[in-house]
Amino acid sequence: MVPLSYYLILSGILFACGVTGFLIKRNIITIFMSIELMLNGVNLSFVAFAAQWHALSGQVFVFFVMVVAAAEAAVGLAIIIAVYRTRETLNVDQVNLLKL
Amino acid sequence: MISVHLIIFLIFGAVCVAGAINLLAQTHPINSALSLVVVMGALAVEYLLLGAEFVAAVQVIVYAGAIMVLFVFVIMLLNAGKEERTKGGSYVAMIVGIPGMLAGSVLVAWVLLTHSGTNSVAAGALPGSPTQLAPLLFHEFLLPFEVTSILVLVAIMGAVVLASHPNADQKKEKA
Repeated sequence: MVPLSYYLILSGILFACGVTGFLIKRNIITIFMSIELMLNGVNLSFVAFAAQWHALSGQVFVFFVMVVAAAEAAVGLAIIIAVYRTRETLNVDQVNLLKL
Repeated sequence: MISVHLIIFLIFGAVCVAGAINLLAQTHPINSALSLVVVMGALAVEYLLLGAEFVAAVQVIVYAGAIMVLFVFVIMLLNAGKEERTKGGSYVAMIVGIPGMLAGSVLVAWVLLTHSGTNSVAAGALPGSPTQLAPLLFHEFLLPFEVTSILVLVAIMGAVVLASHPNADQKKEKA
């Protein structure tokens, strides 16, 4: 038996690592990976609460989160390729203009 | 009393946290991507502990498989090197942000430990095999499920349009 709070704390640690990475990283791809880490942390708390309250719909929601994450990753990485093509850098500090 | 379940949880939880911290510590994106794969694999084990078999399988196939391959592919394609550090960052963020975040995490952990500590989740408390999830997914959540198919279609088209070379059409017309 694992207390529910342990799962929630693990999920919180993952989410906090994701937020920290999002803020301190300067490479646009690593920032994108931090977002995926945050999504994973949230998914863990979804599954833990689903088990706690015997509601299978929590697991269905995780499935939907994964589908949206996959779509987001495909579009986001295409945007990263477009950014690199026009600016030839992946450093977000150098990508500070909407228009070239 | 420490059960086997708790030990497995702690081992894979530690792997998870180590992977997440390694993601932050590494400067090369490919190392960060590989530590993210470790995090996702360990999370799949945690899902199995909770009895969510379907979610664990999808986690490995979609996240650790498809999405991370996409990431590694883009890192290789763009030849991403070591992270460049920009000098002259804000010191206010370090002075206020790090203690603030620590205080926030301690507060959240304290609330969670004191207010939900009595509940515990048994191993495989809620069996989430495909047979049990299918009626939910294809009856109760049929409309959201169909909407995600449109979302994925739009995402595919968006990715192709965004990633295609801007001069591709002109070259074709000239030829």
